Amino acid sequence: MTGTYAHAAGFYSGDRPRIVTSRFEHADSYSLERYLATGGYQGLRKALARPATDVHDEVKKATVLGRGGAGFPAGTKWGLTPEGVFPRYLVVNGDESEPGTYKDRLLMERDPHQLIEGCVIACYAAGLSQCFLYIRGEMAHAQERVAAALNEAYAAGYVGKNILGSKFSVDVVLHWGAGAYVVGEETALIESLEGNRGMPRLKPPFFPAAIGLYGKPTIVNNVETLSNLPWILTNGAEAYTAIGTATSPGTRMVAVSGHVKRPGVYEIINGTTTFRDLIYGDDFCQGIRNGNELKAFVPGGGSAPWFTPDQLDIPFEGPQAGAAGSMLGSGAIMVMDHTTDIPAAALTLTRFYAHESCGKCTPCREGGTWLERILRRVVDGKGTDADLQQLIEVGTSICPGDFPHASSTRLGLAAVPFPYKMTTICFVGPSAYTPVHSALTLFPEEFEARVTKRTHIPVTAVGVGE
Amino acid sequence: MSRLNDANVALAKEIIARYPRPKSALIPLLHLSQEQNGYITNDAMAHLAELVGVTSAEVYGTASFYEMFKFEPVGKYVINICGTLSCALMGSEELLHRAEHKLGVKAGGTTPDGLITLEHAECQAACTEAPCLQVNYRYRFRVTPADVDSLIHDLRAGKLSDEIPAHGTLAKVRQHIPADRGVGAVAPEAATTAPAWFDGKAAL
Amino acid sequence: MSTTESHDEATAVDPNAVNITINGRSVSAVKGEMIIAAADRTADFIPRFCYHPRMKPVGMCRQCLVEVEGPRGPMMVVSCMTPVADGQVVRTDTDQVKQAQEGVLELLLANHPLDCPVCDKGGECPLQDQAFSHGPGESRYVEEKRHYEKPIPISDLVFLDRERCILCDRCTRFANEVAGDPLISFTHRGNNTQVLTFPDEPFASYFSGNTVQICPVGALTAQPYRFKARPWDLEERESTCTTCSVGCRIAVQSSRDELVRYQGVDSDPVNWGWLCDRGRFNFQSVSSDDRVTTPHVRDGQTLVETTWVDALSRAAQLISSASGKVALLGGARGTNEDAWAWAQLADLAKFKMRDAQMGDGLPARVFSYPQATIDAACSAPTIILLAPDLKEELPVLYLRVRDAVEKGRSRIVEITSHDSGLTKYAWKSVHHEPGHQLDAVRATLADTDIAAQLAKGPVVVIAGRSSLAESEANIMAALDTIVGSVAHVSVLPALRRGNVRGALSVGLAPTDGNDATHILKSAVTGDIECLVLLGSDPLSDHPDADLVRRAFASVRNIIAVDMFMNQSVQSASVVLPAAAFGEKNGTTTNLEGRVTNVAQKVTPRGTSRPDWMIAIELAHALGRDIPLTRVEEVQAHMMTSIPQMQTENVAVALRRNGIVVPTVASAASSAAVTPVGTRNSYEFRLVSGRKLYDKATGTTASRSLVNLADSAAVYVHPQDLERIGKSDGASVRVSSSSGAIALPVHASSAVVRGTAFVPFNLAGADVRELIRHDQAVTDVRIEGI
Ligand SMILES: Cc1cc2nc3c(=O)[nH]c(=O)nc-3n(C[C@H](O)[C@H](O)[C@H](O)COP(=O)(O)O)c2cc1C
Ligand code: SF4
Ligand code: FES
Repeated sequence: MTGTYAHAAGFYSGDRPRIVTSRFEHADSYSLERYLATGGYQGLRKALARPATDVHDEVKKATVLGRGGAGFPAGTKWGLTPEGVFPRYLVVNGDESEPGTYKDRLLMERDPHQLIEGCVIACYAAGLSQCFLYIRGEMAHAQERVAAALNEAYAAGYVGKNILGSKFSVDVVLHWGAGAYVVGEETALIESLEGNRGMPRLKPPFFPAAIGLYGKPTIVNNVETLSNLPWILTNGAEAYTAIGTATSPGTRMVAVSGHVKRPGVYEIINGTTTFRDLIYGDDFCQGIRNGNELKAFVPGGGSAPWFTPDQLDIPFEGPQAGAAGSMLGSGAIMVMDHTTDIPAAALTLTRFYAHESCGKCTPCREGGTWLERILRRVVDGKGTDADLQQLIEVGTSICPGDFPHASSTRLGLAAVPFPYKMTTICFVGPSAYTPVHSALTLFPEEFEARVTKRTHIPVTAVGVGE
Repeated sequence: MSRLNDANVALAKEIIARYPRPKSALIPLLHLSQEQNGYITNDAMAHLAELVGVTSAEVYGTASFYEMFKFEPVGKYVINICGTLSCALMGSEELLHRAEHKLGVKAGGTTPDGLITLEHAECQAACTEAPCLQVNYRYRFRVTPADVDSLIHDLRAGKLSDEIPAHGTLAKVRQHIPADRGVGAVAPEAATTAPAWFDGKAAL
Repeated sequence: MSTTESHDEATAVDPNAVNITINGRSVSAVKGEMIIAAADRTADFIPRFCYHPRMKPVGMCRQCLVEVEGPRGPMMVVSCMTPVADGQVVRTDTDQVKQAQEGVLELLLANHPLDCPVCDKGGECPLQDQAFSHGPGESRYVEEKRHYEKPIPISDLVFLDRERCILCDRCTRFANEVAGDPLISFTHRGNNTQVLTFPDEPFASYFSGNTVQICPVGALTAQPYRFKARPWDLEERESTCTTCSVGCRIAVQSSRDELVRYQGVDSDPVNWGWLCDRGRFNFQSVSSDDRVTTPHVRDGQTLVETTWVDALSRAAQLISSASGKVALLGGARGTNEDAWAWAQLADLAKFKMRDAQMGDGLPARVFSYPQATIDAACSAPTIILLAPDLKEELPVLYLRVRDAVEKGRSRIVEITSHDSGLTKYAWKSVHHEPGHQLDAVRATLADTDIAAQLAKGPVVVIAGRSSLAESEANIMAALDTIVGSVAHVSVLPALRRGNVRGALSVGLAPTDGNDATHILKSAVTGDIECLVLLGSDPLSDHPDADLVRRAFASVRNIIAVDMFMNQSVQSASVVLPAAAFGEKNGTTTNLEGRVTNVAQKVTPRGTSRPDWMIAIELAHALGRDIPLTRVEEVQAHMMTSIPQMQTENVAVALRRNGIVVPTVASAASSAAVTPVGTRNSYEFRLVSGRKLYDKATGTTASRSLVNLADSAAVYVHPQDLERIGKSDGASVRVSSSSGAIALPVHASSAVVRGTAFVPFNLAGADVRELIRHDQAVTDVRIEGI
């Protein structure tokens, strides 16, 4: 039985333990009534019966890896706020925009109370005075569901003053964005929440846990990360770590899209499930469409360097993906079959990142657009061999030194492990180059076939340096 | 007149009060203003500047950073067709061409009757349901060219006006914090000690 | 670009000193300092665009990348935002650093137009220079560059060429962070990011010119300088701006013997490199066609040109025939040397009275209080403002005080009868009606919160004439009370005119209370027969217009030394043309007593000559000898003859930061305070203060500034406007017991209820018609016309 629920488009439950998607089969999974009937707000009740530090310890013990991309354990992050400095804030990252990623929206639309409960538990455990739940602007439906759930939760005493009749009080404020991918980056998210242009801040010194919202200690956590907390507080950290592996406990949500038979969102067991399981498993995507060949896949959202069939047996585990030359990022796999026009596919991603550059760093602002323009010329069959060289040189200005890539038996290439060096503040700049680099490295023939060999005439910068 | 009307000023004040600093309410208020007028006018920005206590230039700086804010009138319906990798792999370009052909405008344009604006969009977080599009930020999944035709037909025929509010209205449900249940926002400078409940003892 | 003078000695004794190595050489640095600042003290220049030592780093241009040794090998970091740490190993010269820096530069040039030959910045452009020193030498960018509508005016004084902009955030940060006028902002995003004002809302900042100076490319250009000169034609000398008494350090630049530009110079104790627009752009008045360039003498109704010999002997004759009934008014606009030489002359020729102020300042005994410097004020926990609007009158002091508040060093307690530019930064604003500052001060000092704040450490009172429509005695009484009852208090006098403090300290302070007002009264009564106006215009500057008119009518003769034929000069019998700023050497003293140099950059217009020289020649014509011929001699004599200005100070004074010299306070006591009752049947109590742009000659004679002054209007609180039933902008008649003027009325919430604010010296109506020197306050009635 691999149940799919019409009211949760693209979701397949499968025959696996479920932590965050356990209510999805109910048509009314978002209502308070259903939530309470299925064990909702029990985790919070249990948490409030314990001292905050205990709750914090429980979460630490569970090792909930951040689901926003960086995979940093939530309990540890909460511990990074400087002692005695208040107020501290919680900012919930619901800005899900990384290409390929589709999970936070489901969690917000289908189980908003679980998220709200997670937020309230986090505030209690880490001594946070106020929570801001930042939802991506384009997600009208998710905003409605979370707003309705918050109104219910306030009325029923799960949020606000004296929660569950206790001495604990905290507000959860719904906030929404207005269309800017880069705002998903935590420091940009904070800028945006302060009413500013969503331009990332440099870390250090602006590590949110120390200097965040209004310059105060701030915890930024992803929607999925926080959605795990009610279950952990209800069932205990041990039950959580019993699932998955020691370094990647629990489950995580993964969206597989592209040329597979059954693209969908799956809650998988962390650390053990391989890419082959995901792409070919009956419980998952059931193979490539039309019986086609797999050509390449992006393993962790649009920013991740690409894998090819050589990497299918790598499990969904951060360190292993890193050693193989990529990352797991936000849990998004995009699959390309043999009919895919690789340079054109790379262009869609490079265009995305160039378009989403905040404009702060020169290499990203100028380099991203330049990469897009050269690549567009190549895709249109108007490029030269010098253009390919130029792509690499512009990329090197964004990421000096060796750039990570997967191994390829076909080309006799050894892997260069993740990460890269970068001349920019955040990963948007490098991400504009990543697809170009992956595509050029793993499928050079597709580019060579596209370009005419013409000698490039450099234009000297007239008037400069006279 | 595109300053916020009285009802919206009241709403704006309610929203501002939720934040430790008024400027934080700027994006929600810009949405409110866009909901009222369909797009963001200069008068509206000047009014918001007054409400949150910043200059109009600062409001403009923030507003123009974000894609969803329009500074020129757009159609009653804005169709966003996603073109990022997953959707591109599943044929979104064809959808865009189809819509351009059907509407007689290029991406970025608005039909002469002012009903529909067509836009090329980036990843909409529905990649497994590719190709997808949004109409005023309401999804359509696994869209075929024929679906584009019927969508446009239905929009023109006014069949979707219940389901899809006019451009500018985002969430139809708003958060309201009941006065007796809210904790209230405190300026960061005014709350520099640990919250009273954070005292090392169980709360319940 | 301006640089900060290094403070090596300070660094050495600092307990926070750390050592780092840059390219293998050891460098001492201070904890908290950024790597780039430490490197600036070495020969290893790190290229940069967004970094500016006086603003918060943003790390956005990415040009200053260097490698720092880390636990996992060398890390690439931006040196402008990475603090030094003891033992840190920095490399600015590795292949990867070079690759990164060249890469960033190539990308910066990608969209930058190649119009250097016609760009104002060409030749002094950091982008051009660094492209040469740290760039790839060529651009391979063959795509079409960004295009924007060619230069757009973003204010009356500044043009923006968005194609040249490299988005370094300097101008926008300056506007927001330094000036507090966030009227320009980044707009749009990514590759479309640009700097813009809000549509139809110009960058109306008193400090807009600074953005032009700190722009690292030619994107921002100043209207008065555009296409005026090429950097390689420019000659420059460091000097001091004497527009107001802050005394900002500047570089005076000329081309073909004409002043073309002032650039702010970073003087640590004074202006940090910033200038206000009035100071920056009023050099235009120096080459104005309205300058008086030859001596004139009166022939019946008209003034006719004559020779210096004739003019001087006529002047000498007039002085002699007045048999001691001579008074000198002015001297605060020149150099110390000018003022000193005139004081010598006044002594020799036994002038009866003298005053460098125009009845719009404070008695010189303010110098008898413990004195504060700007730095002392801006590091004091509490600053008490009992002063005119610093933003309007002493703009760069406003920037410094604002910075002290914004950085959390100081809190402002403002005691005022009208909101000022600093009101929104004030911790406490205590409003009072004119005449009641003493009550306000007493109430303020009695407040327990404020008392606790005052106990936190040094308190500096910035004191000046907050309103010209009331007696100076009101302020002095309030000041006396503060100084008498607050511990650790010192005073920073906020007096008007560039060298007012210098003039008062080198011999042009009134004696025995015979100040400007008294001089004018003496003229009316015949006790003064000859008035010498030394760069002064009492007809438009003294608050009591009627008194000046009567004095001018009674006095036998007026001798005027001036650059312009202003209103007062036109009544003179002899006019001696004076050299202007930039046309003479010397020293000046700012409001804190800091003596710095002023430099000659161009030759004096026509036959005009420096005031000190005129004094010496006039002495000669009077048969007296001041045996000095060069300004250096005058300077040396001045320095020796005034105990506080020791000769050995000269050399120090001529360095950038000059030297603070104590001022001997006049012992004279000021007039007693007339007790002020409540407002009489007149409905409003009048407040009058200066605006940055007014009818001052330096402003009106500067092409680019002349149109910036508002025209006269009366401002009342919105509720008062409603009360008197007038609409905003309506014409009204404002009358006091001594006169009436007609002007429009406007609502302003900056005005205290029950008071009416009329700016001083604006075109349209003269508020001085309402003011009398012998009244403690001015009550007015506002009626419809
Ligand atoms: C360019 C960029 C975009 C990001 N977008 C998102 C996002 O959409 N959602 C998200 O949760 N995290 C995003 N992140 C990661 C956040 O910066 C941050 O690490 C995360 O929200 C922390 O939550 P977690 O610890 O619970 O994962 C992004 C990071 C970068 C650099
Ligand atoms: S890398 Fe790009 S998106 Fe990220 S901060 Fe820099 S310019 Fe902005
Ligand atoms: S000078 Fe350091 S990033 Fe610009």
